[in-house]
Amino acid sequence: MSWVWFHKLGSPPHFYRIAGRWVRWLAWPAVLLGAYGLIGGLAIAPADYQQGEGYRIVYVHAPAAWLSLMIYTTMAVSAAVGLIWRMNVAHAVAASCATIGASFTVLALATGSLWGKPMWGTYWEWDPRLTSELLLLFLYLGYIGLRSAIEDIPRADRASAVLAIVGVVNVPIIHYSVVWWNSLHQVASVMKLDRPSMPTSMLLPLLSMFLAATLLFVALMLTRARGEVLRRERTARWIGEALQQESA
Amino acid sequence: MDITSPGRAAALLIRRDLRLAMRKGGEWLQPLLFFLVVTTLFPLALDPQLSRLRDIAPAALWVGALLSSLLALDLLFREDGADGTLEQLVLSGVPLAWLLLAKTAVHWLLTGLPLVLMAPLVSTALGAPYAAMPGMLAALLLGSVALSLVGAIGAGLMLNVRRGGALLALLVLPLATPVLIFGARATSMAIAQQAYDAPLYLLAAITVLAATLAPLAAAAAVRIGIE
Repeated sequence: MSWVWFHKLGSPPHFYRIAGRWVRWLAWPAVLLGAYGLIGGLAIAPADYQQGEGYRIVYVHAPAAWLSLMIYTTMAVSAAVGLIWRMNVAHAVAASCATIGASFTVLALATGSLWGKPMWGTYWEWDPRLTSELLLLFLYLGYIGLRSAIEDIPRADRASAVLAIVGVVNVPIIHYSVVWWNSLHQVASVMKLDRPSMPTSMLLPLLSMFLAATLLFVALMLTRARGEVLRRERTARWIGEALQQESA
Repeated sequence: MDITSPGRAAALLIRRDLRLAMRKGGEWLQPLLFFLVVTTLFPLALDPQLSRLRDIAPAALWVGALLSSLLALDLLFREDGADGTLEQLVLSGVPLAWLLLAKTAVHWLLTGLPLVLMAPLVSTALGAPYAAMPGMLAALLLGSVALSLVGAIGAGLMLNVRRGGALLALLVLPLATPVLIFGARATSMAIAQQAYDAPLYLLAAITVLAATLAPLAAAAAVRIGIE
Protein backbone atom coordinates (compact mmCIF):
# COMPACT_ATOMS: atom_id res chain seq x y z
CA MET A 1 0.00 0.00 0.00
CA SER A 2 1.31 3.37 -0.90
CA TRP A 3 1.55 6.01 1.80
CA VAL A 4 1.96 8.92 -0.58
CA TRP A 5 -1.55 10.24 0.09
CA PHE A 6 -0.74 10.34 3.81
CA HIS A 7 2.52 12.20 3.38
CA LYS A 8 0.80 14.61 1.02
CA LEU A 9 -1.70 15.44 3.77
CA GLY A 10 1.23 16.70 5.80
CA SER A 11 1.55 19.65 3.46
CA PRO A 12 -0.65 22.50 4.70
CA PRO A 13 -1.76 23.84 1.27
CA HIS A 14 -2.66 20.36 0.09
CA PHE A 15 -4.52 19.60 3.30
CA TYR A 16 -6.34 22.93 3.12
CA ARG A 17 -7.57 22.20 -0.39
CA ILE A 18 -8.50 18.54 0.18
CA ALA A 19 -10.22 19.28 3.49
CA GLY A 20 -12.29 22.03 1.87
CA ARG A 21 -13.51 19.55 -0.74
CA TRP A 22 -14.25 16.87 1.86
CA VAL A 23 -16.27 19.18 4.07
CA ARG A 24 -18.86 19.62 1.32
CA TRP A 25 -19.01 15.91 0.59
CA LEU A 26 -19.51 15.09 4.28
CA ALA A 27 -21.82 17.87 5.41
CA TRP A 28 -24.68 17.10 3.00
CA PRO A 29 -24.94 13.37 3.82
CA ALA A 30 -24.75 14.34 7.50
CA VAL A 31 -27.72 16.70 7.13
CA LEU A 32 -29.79 14.18 5.14
CA LEU A 33 -29.03 11.25 7.43
CA GLY A 34 -29.65 13.42 10.47
CA ALA A 35 -33.02 14.57 9.12
CA TYR A 36 -34.06 10.96 8.43
CA GLY A 37 -32.80 9.84 11.84
CA LEU A 38 -34.59 12.60 13.75
CA ILE A 39 -37.89 12.27 11.90
CA GLY A 40 -37.76 8.49 11.94
CA GLY A 41 -36.71 8.34 15.57
CA LEU A 42 -38.77 11.10 17.11
CA ALA A 43 -41.97 10.77 15.08
CA ILE A 44 -42.28 7.49 13.19
CA ALA A 45 -40.69 4.85 15.43
CA PRO A 46 -43.09 3.23 17.93
CA ALA A 47 -42.90 4.09 21.62
CA ASP A 48 -41.03 1.69 23.87
CA TYR A 49 -43.31 -0.64 25.83
CA GLN A 50 -41.44 0.04 29.06
CA GLN A 51 -40.08 3.55 28.75
CA GLY A 52 -42.83 5.06 26.62
CA GLU A 53 -41.82 8.16 24.71
CA GLY A 54 -38.91 8.87 27.04
CA TYR A 55 -36.59 6.47 25.28
CA ARG A 56 -36.49 8.70 22.20
CA ILE A 57 -33.69 10.77 23.70
CA VAL A 58 -31.45 7.84 22.80
CA TYR A 59 -31.42 9.18 19.24
CA VAL A 60 -29.35 12.12 20.44
CA HIS A 61 -27.76 10.65 23.54
CA ALA A 62 -26.18 7.49 22.15
CA PRO A 63 -24.48 9.14 19.14
CA ALA A 64 -23.18 11.93 21.39
CA ALA A 65 -21.79 9.43 23.89
CA TRP A 66 -20.17 7.38 21.13
CA LEU A 67 -18.61 10.50 19.62
CA SER A 68 -17.28 11.72 22.97
CA LEU A 69 -15.07 8.63 23.18
CA MET A 70 -14.34 8.37 19.46
CA ILE A 71 -13.21 12.00 19.27
CA TYR A 72 -10.90 11.59 22.25
CA THR A 73 -9.27 8.62 20.54
CA THR A 74 -9.01 10.51 17.26
CA MET A 75 -7.46 13.42 19.10
CA ALA A 76 -4.90 11.21 20.84
CA VAL A 77 -4.00 9.35 17.64
CA SER A 78 -3.50 12.52 15.61
CA ALA A 79 -1.59 14.08 18.51
CA ALA A 80 0.68 11.02 18.54
CA VAL A 81 1.14 11.26 14.76
CA GLY A 82 2.04 14.91 15.18
CA LEU A 83 4.46 14.17 17.99
CA ILE A 84 6.19 11.25 16.28
CA TRP A 85 6.43 12.52 12.71
CA ARG A 86 6.45 16.22 13.64
CA MET A 87 3.47 16.78 11.40
CA ASN A 88 2.03 20.22 11.92
CA VAL A 89 -1.26 19.38 10.22
CA ALA A 90 -1.84 16.46 12.60
CA HIS A 91 -1.45 18.83 15.55
CA ALA A 92 -3.95 21.17 13.94
CA VAL A 93 -6.41 18.26 13.65
CA ALA A 94 -5.87 17.32 17.32
CA ALA A 95 -6.44 20.92 18.37
CA SER A 96 -9.68 21.04 16.37
CA CYS A 97 -10.96 17.84 17.96
CA ALA A 98 -10.85 19.04 21.57
CA THR A 99 -13.67 21.60 21.66
CA ILE A 100 -15.97 19.48 19.49
CA GLY A 101 -15.33 16.46 21.70
CA ALA A 102 -15.99 18.43 24.86
CA SER A 103 -19.25 19.74 23.36
CA PHE A 104 -20.46 16.25 22.50
CA THR A 105 -19.50 15.09 26.01
CA VAL A 106 -21.59 17.88 27.51
CA LEU A 107 -24.45 16.92 25.18
CA ALA A 108 -24.21 13.26 26.24
CA LEU A 109 -24.19 14.26 29.92
CA ALA A 110 -27.11 16.66 29.53
CA THR A 111 -29.29 14.22 27.58
CA GLY A 112 -28.35 11.39 29.95
CA SER A 113 -29.38 13.47 32.92
CA LEU A 114 -32.66 14.53 31.24
CA TRP A 115 -33.41 10.87 30.53
CA GLY A 116 -32.59 10.05 34.14
CA LYS A 117 -35.32 12.30 35.56
CA PRO A 118 -38.32 10.31 34.28
CA MET A 119 -36.55 6.92 34.36
CA TRP A 120 -34.58 7.01 37.60
CA GLY A 121 -36.53 9.81 39.27
CA THR A 122 -33.44 11.98 39.59
CA TYR A 123 -31.38 14.15 37.28
CA TRP A 124 -28.12 12.75 38.51
CA GLU A 125 -27.32 9.24 39.56
CA TRP A 126 -23.72 8.18 40.21
CA ASP A 127 -24.10 5.62 37.50
CA PRO A 128 -20.76 4.29 36.22
CA ARG A 129 -21.35 5.41 32.66
CA LEU A 130 -22.41 8.93 33.63
CA THR A 131 -19.53 9.22 36.06
CA SER A 132 -16.87 8.13 33.60
CA GLU A 133 -18.41 10.45 31.02
CA LEU A 134 -18.01 13.29 33.52
CA LEU A 135 -14.36 12.36 34.09
CA LEU A 136 -13.88 12.28 30.33
CA LEU A 137 -15.19 15.85 30.23
CA PHE A 138 -12.57 16.81 32.82
CA LEU A 139 -9.88 15.19 30.65
CA TYR A 140 -11.05 17.28 27.68
CA LEU A 141 -11.10 20.44 29.79
CA GLY A 142 -7.59 19.73 31.06
CA TYR A 143 -6.39 19.32 27.48
CA ILE A 144 -8.05 22.55 26.38
CA GLY A 145 -6.74 24.33 29.46
CA LEU A 146 -3.15 23.20 28.91
CA ARG A 147 -3.27 24.13 25.23
CA SER A 148 -4.60 27.60 25.90
CA ALA A 149 -2.14 28.21 28.75
CA ILE A 150 0.89 27.87 26.44
CA GLU A 151 1.41 30.72 24.02
CA ASP A 152 4.06 29.19 21.78
CA ILE A 153 2.14 27.05 19.26
CA PRO A 154 4.69 24.24 18.62
CA ARG A 155 5.26 23.86 22.33
CA ALA A 156 1.52 23.87 23.07
CA ASP A 157 1.11 21.19 20.38
CA ARG A 158 3.68 18.85 21.82
CA ALA A 159 2.87 19.32 25.50
CA SER A 160 -0.84 18.77 24.92
CA ALA A 161 -0.02 15.76 22.73
CA VAL A 162 1.74 14.12 25.68
CA LEU A 163 -1.34 14.82 27.82
CA ALA A 164 -3.69 13.37 25.20
CA ILE A 165 -1.66 10.16 24.98
CA VAL A 166 -1.49 9.81 28.77
CA GLY A 167 -5.24 10.45 28.85
CA VAL A 168 -6.07 7.82 26.25
CA VAL A 169 -4.09 5.21 28.20
CA ASN A 170 -6.02 6.23 31.30
CA VAL A 171 -9.53 6.31 29.84
CA PRO A 172 -10.09 2.52 30.07
CA ILE A 173 -8.50 2.37 33.54
CA ILE A 174 -10.74 5.19 34.75
CA HIS A 175 -13.80 3.61 33.16
CA TYR A 176 -13.29 0.18 34.69
CA SER A 177 -12.35 1.53 38.10
CA VAL A 178 -15.55 3.59 38.10
CA VAL A 179 -17.59 0.54 37.07
CA TRP A 180 -15.99 -1.48 39.86
CA TRP A 181 -16.51 1.33 42.37
CA ASN A 182 -20.19 1.59 41.59
CA SER A 183 -20.92 -2.13 41.46
CA LEU A 184 -20.13 -2.33 45.17
CA HIS A 185 -22.47 0.25 46.58
CA GLN A 186 -25.22 0.70 44.11
CA VAL A 187 -28.28 1.71 46.12
CA ALA A 188 -31.17 0.82 43.89
CA SER A 189 -31.29 -1.42 40.90
CA VAL A 190 -30.95 0.97 38.02
CA MET A 191 -32.93 0.22 34.96
CA LYS A 192 -30.60 -1.23 32.38
CA LEU A 193 -30.90 -0.70 28.69
CA ASP A 194 -30.20 -4.33 27.95
CA ARG A 195 -32.90 -4.74 25.40
CA PRO A 196 -32.31 -7.94 23.49
CA SER A 197 -33.21 -6.47 20.15
CA MET A 198 -34.78 -3.45 18.59
CA PRO A 199 -37.39 -3.48 15.88
CA THR A 200 -36.08 -2.20 12.58
CA SER A 201 -38.23 0.91 12.71
CA MET A 202 -36.31 1.94 15.85
CA LEU A 203 -32.91 0.64 14.83
CA LEU A 204 -32.58 2.18 11.38
CA PRO A 205 -33.06 5.80 12.53
CA LEU A 206 -30.60 5.15 15.36
CA LEU A 207 -27.94 3.81 12.99
CA SER A 208 -28.61 6.73 10.70
CA MET A 209 -28.10 9.13 13.61
CA PHE A 210 -24.79 7.46 14.49
CA LEU A 211 -23.60 7.88 10.95
CA ALA A 212 -24.89 11.45 10.70
CA ALA A 213 -23.20 12.46 13.96
CA THR A 214 -19.89 10.92 12.89
CA LEU A 215 -20.00 12.64 9.50
CA LEU A 216 -20.98 15.89 11.21
CA PHE A 217 -17.98 15.58 13.50
CA VAL A 218 -15.57 14.98 10.63
CA ALA A 219 -17.02 17.93 8.69
CA LEU A 220 -16.83 20.25 11.71
CA MET A 221 -13.36 19.03 12.58
CA LEU A 222 -12.05 19.59 9.05
CA THR A 223 -13.58 23.06 8.97
CA ARG A 224 -11.92 23.93 12.26
CA ALA A 225 -8.65 22.32 11.13
CA ARG A 226 -8.68 24.50 7.98
CA GLY A 227 -9.03 27.56 10.19
CA GLU A 228 -6.27 26.27 12.42
CA VAL A 229 -3.98 25.73 9.40
CA LEU A 230 -4.71 29.26 8.18
CA ARG A 231 -3.84 30.65 11.59
CA ARG A 232 -0.59 28.72 11.74
CA GLU A 233 0.47 29.50 8.18
CA ARG A 234 -0.71 33.10 8.13
CA THR A 235 2.64 34.34 6.83
CA ALA A 236 2.90 31.75 4.03
CA ARG A 237 2.47 32.79 0.42
CA TRP A 238 0.12 29.99 -0.65
CA ILE A 239 -2.67 31.37 1.52
CA GLY A 240 -3.30 34.35 -0.74
CA GLU A 241 -3.57 32.10 -3.80
CA ALA A 242 -5.81 29.60 -2.05
CA LEU A 243 -8.18 32.27 -0.78
CA GLN A 244 -8.34 33.89 -4.21
CA GLN A 245 -9.19 30.56 -5.81
CA GLU A 246 -11.93 30.04 -3.26
CA SER A 247 -13.59 33.40 -3.80
CA ALA A 248 -13.38 32.98 -7.59
CA MET B 1 34.33 7.11 38.96
CA ASP B 2 31.88 6.89 36.10
CA ILE B 3 28.98 9.16 36.92
CA THR B 4 27.23 8.38 33.65
CA SER B 5 26.35 4.85 34.70
CA PRO B 6 22.61 4.89 35.43
CA GLY B 7 22.87 3.52 38.95
CA ARG B 8 25.60 5.91 39.98
CA ALA B 9 23.86 8.91 38.43
CA ALA B 10 20.59 8.10 40.18
CA ALA B 11 22.36 7.68 43.54
CA LEU B 12 24.10 11.04 43.14
CA LEU B 13 20.87 12.72 42.13
CA ILE B 14 19.01 11.27 45.11
CA ARG B 15 21.73 12.45 47.47
CA ARG B 16 21.72 15.92 45.94
CA ASP B 17 17.94 16.30 46.12
CA LEU B 18 17.81 15.11 49.72
CA ARG B 19 20.62 17.44 50.74
CA LEU B 20 18.96 20.41 48.99
CA ALA B 21 15.65 19.67 50.68
CA MET B 22 17.30 19.58 54.09
CA ARG B 23 19.17 22.83 53.51
CA LYS B 24 16.09 24.65 52.30
CA GLY B 25 14.47 24.20 55.67
CA GLY B 26 11.00 22.89 56.18
CA GLU B 27 9.52 23.48 52.73
CA TRP B 28 8.89 19.75 52.29
CA LEU B 29 6.88 19.75 55.53
CA GLN B 30 4.23 22.09 54.16
CA PRO B 31 2.21 19.44 52.26
CA LEU B 32 2.14 17.34 55.43
CA LEU B 33 0.84 20.25 57.48
CA PHE B 34 -1.72 20.92 54.76
CA PHE B 35 -2.86 17.30 55.05
CA LEU B 36 -3.27 17.69 58.83
CA VAL B 37 -5.25 20.92 58.49
CA VAL B 38 -7.54 19.62 55.75
CA THR B 39 -8.39 16.44 57.64
CA THR B 40 -9.14 18.58 60.70
CA LEU B 41 -11.69 20.53 58.70
CA PHE B 42 -13.91 17.50 58.12
CA PRO B 43 -14.95 17.00 61.78
CA LEU B 44 -15.53 20.73 62.04
CA ALA B 45 -17.79 20.74 58.99
CA LEU B 46 -19.62 17.62 60.12
CA ASP B 47 -20.69 16.93 63.68
CA PRO B 48 -17.87 15.45 65.71
CA GLN B 49 -19.38 12.09 66.67
CA LEU B 50 -16.73 9.43 66.14
CA SER B 51 -19.33 6.95 64.90
CA ARG B 52 -20.32 9.32 62.10
CA LEU B 53 -16.78 10.43 61.40
CA ARG B 54 -15.80 6.80 60.89
CA ASP B 55 -18.00 6.69 57.79
CA ILE B 56 -16.26 9.60 56.15
CA ALA B 57 -12.75 8.81 57.44
CA PRO B 58 -11.61 7.09 54.20
CA ALA B 59 -12.94 9.95 52.10
CA ALA B 60 -11.29 12.57 54.33
CA LEU B 61 -7.98 10.70 54.35
CA TRP B 62 -7.84 10.15 50.62
CA VAL B 63 -9.11 13.50 49.47
CA GLY B 64 -6.66 15.06 51.91
CA ALA B 65 -3.82 12.91 50.56
CA LEU B 66 -4.74 13.72 46.95
CA LEU B 67 -4.88 17.48 47.55
CA SER B 68 -1.69 17.49 49.58
CA SER B 69 0.17 15.53 46.90
CA LEU B 70 -1.09 18.07 44.37
CA LEU B 71 0.24 20.90 46.48
CA ALA B 72 3.57 19.14 46.84
CA LEU B 73 4.07 18.79 43.08
CA ASP B 74 5.22 22.38 42.89
CA LEU B 75 8.40 21.29 44.68
CA LEU B 76 9.19 18.55 42.16
CA PHE B 77 10.50 20.31 39.05
CA ARG B 78 9.82 24.03 39.46
CA GLU B 79 13.18 25.13 40.89
CA ASP B 80 15.30 22.67 38.92
CA GLY B 81 13.55 23.87 35.77
CA ALA B 82 14.23 27.51 36.60
CA ASP B 83 17.95 27.15 37.40
CA GLY B 84 18.83 24.84 34.51
CA THR B 85 19.37 21.63 36.45
CA LEU B 86 16.80 19.81 34.35
CA GLU B 87 18.63 20.80 31.17
CA GLN B 88 21.80 19.27 32.59
CA LEU B 89 19.89 16.08 33.33
CA VAL B 90 18.59 15.95 29.76
CA LEU B 91 22.11 16.49 28.38
CA SER B 92 23.78 14.06 30.78
CA GLY B 93 23.40 11.05 28.50
CA VAL B 94 21.70 9.03 31.21
CA PRO B 95 18.12 8.07 30.27
CA LEU B 96 15.94 10.97 31.42
CA ALA B 97 13.03 8.76 32.46
CA TRP B 98 15.32 6.91 34.85
CA LEU B 99 16.62 10.13 36.42
CA LEU B 100 13.09 11.47 36.78
CA LEU B 101 12.11 8.21 38.49
CA ALA B 102 14.91 8.86 40.99
CA LYS B 103 13.74 12.45 41.49
CA THR B 104 10.17 11.25 41.98
CA ALA B 105 11.38 8.71 44.53
CA VAL B 106 13.02 11.48 46.56
CA HIS B 107 9.88 13.56 46.21
CA TRP B 108 7.80 10.67 47.57
CA LEU B 109 10.26 10.17 50.41
CA LEU B 110 9.87 13.82 51.43
CA THR B 111 6.15 14.35 50.86
CA GLY B 112 4.44 10.96 50.46
CA LEU B 113 6.07 8.92 53.21
CA PRO B 114 5.53 11.52 55.99
CA LEU B 115 1.87 11.56 55.04
CA VAL B 116 1.64 7.77 55.37
CA LEU B 117 3.42 7.93 58.76
CA MET B 118 1.00 10.62 59.95
CA ALA B 119 -2.06 8.70 58.77
CA PRO B 120 -2.50 6.49 61.90
CA LEU B 121 -2.78 9.62 64.02
CA VAL B 122 -5.23 11.31 61.68
CA SER B 123 -7.37 8.22 61.15
CA THR B 124 -7.56 7.56 64.90
CA ALA B 125 -8.80 11.10 65.36
CA LEU B 126 -11.43 10.34 62.72
CA GLY B 127 -12.59 7.27 64.63
CA ALA B 128 -10.93 4.46 62.68
CA PRO B 129 -10.26 1.37 64.82
CA TYR B 130 -6.71 0.08 65.35
CA ALA B 131 -7.54 -3.12 63.53
CA ALA B 132 -7.89 -1.05 60.35
CA MET B 133 -4.30 0.23 60.49
CA PRO B 134 -2.50 -2.46 58.41
CA GLY B 135 -4.95 -2.23 55.52
CA MET B 136 -5.08 1.54 55.61
CA LEU B 137 -1.31 1.92 55.78
CA ALA B 138 -0.75 -0.54 52.92
CA ALA B 139 -3.28 1.31 50.77
CA LEU B 140 -1.79 4.72 51.53
CA LEU B 141 1.75 3.45 50.97
CA LEU B 142 0.88 2.13 47.49
CA GLY B 143 -1.45 5.01 46.68
CA SER B 144 0.96 7.78 47.62
CA VAL B 145 3.63 6.26 45.36
CA ALA B 146 1.16 6.19 42.47
CA LEU B 147 0.09 9.78 43.18
CA SER B 148 3.70 11.00 43.09
CA LEU B 149 4.32 9.18 39.80
CA VAL B 150 1.16 10.41 38.08
CA GLY B 151 1.77 13.86 39.50
CA ALA B 152 5.24 13.93 37.94
CA ILE B 153 3.60 13.93 34.48
CA GLY B 154 1.50 16.94 35.45
CA ALA B 155 4.47 18.73 37.00
CA GLY B 156 6.48 18.07 33.81
CA LEU B 157 3.73 19.50 31.64
CA MET B 158 3.45 22.54 33.88
CA LEU B 159 7.07 23.45 33.03
CA ASN B 160 5.61 24.75 29.76
CA VAL B 161 3.15 27.02 31.51
CA ARG B 162 4.21 30.27 33.05
CA ARG B 163 1.28 30.88 35.37
CA GLY B 164 -0.36 27.60 36.22
CA GLY B 165 -2.76 28.25 39.03
CA ALA B 166 -5.48 25.64 39.14
CA LEU B 167 -4.50 24.05 35.82
CA LEU B 168 -2.29 21.45 37.51
CA ALA B 169 -5.31 20.19 39.47
CA LEU B 170 -7.34 19.90 36.27
CA LEU B 171 -4.54 17.90 34.63
CA VAL B 172 -3.71 15.55 37.49
CA LEU B 173 -6.92 14.89 39.42
CA PRO B 174 -8.89 13.12 36.65
CA LEU B 175 -5.87 10.87 36.03
CA ALA B 176 -5.64 10.12 39.74
CA THR B 177 -9.26 9.02 40.20
CA PRO B 178 -8.51 5.25 39.95
CA VAL B 179 -5.98 5.61 42.79
CA LEU B 180 -8.57 7.45 44.85
CA ILE B 181 -11.27 4.88 44.14
CA PHE B 182 -9.25 1.79 45.03
CA GLY B 183 -7.38 3.42 47.90
CA ALA B 184 -10.49 4.78 49.59
CA ARG B 185 -12.31 1.48 49.01
CA ALA B 186 -9.51 -0.57 50.58
CA THR B 187 -9.42 1.84 53.52
CA SER B 188 -13.16 1.76 54.13
CA MET B 189 -13.20 -2.05 53.86
CA ALA B 190 -10.37 -2.22 56.38
CA ILE B 191 -12.32 0.06 58.72
CA ALA B 192 -15.41 -2.14 58.29
CA GLN B 193 -13.26 -5.19 59.12
CA GLN B 194 -13.85 -6.76 55.73
CA ALA B 195 -11.31 -8.51 53.51
CA TYR B 196 -9.67 -5.64 51.65
CA ASP B 197 -7.20 -7.51 49.45
CA ALA B 198 -9.13 -7.12 46.17
CA PRO B 199 -8.95 -3.30 45.97
CA LEU B 200 -5.43 -3.42 47.39
CA TYR B 201 -4.22 -5.71 44.59
CA LEU B 202 -5.84 -3.48 41.99
CA LEU B 203 -4.21 -0.46 43.59
CA ALA B 204 -0.86 -2.28 43.49
CA ALA B 205 -1.41 -3.02 39.80
CA ILE B 206 -2.04 0.66 39.12
CA THR B 207 1.07 1.63 41.08
CA VAL B 208 3.24 -0.79 39.12
CA LEU B 209 1.77 0.46 35.84
CA ALA B 210 2.40 4.05 36.91
CA ALA B 211 6.00 3.22 37.88
CA THR B 212 6.69 1.76 34.45
CA LEU B 213 4.89 4.27 32.22
CA ALA B 214 4.68 7.57 34.11
CA PRO B 215 8.44 8.34 34.08
CA LEU B 216 8.46 7.97 30.27
CA ALA B 217 5.57 10.42 29.90
CA ALA B 218 7.15 12.77 32.45
CA ALA B 219 10.43 12.64 30.53
CA ALA B 220 8.65 13.55 27.29
CA ALA B 221 6.91 16.44 29.07
CA VAL B 222 10.14 17.71 30.64
CA ARG B 223 11.99 17.55 27.32
CA ILE B 224 9.32 19.73 25.71
CA GLY B 225 9.29 22.03 28.73
CA ILE B 226 12.96 22.94 28.73
CA GLU B 227 13.39 23.45 25.00
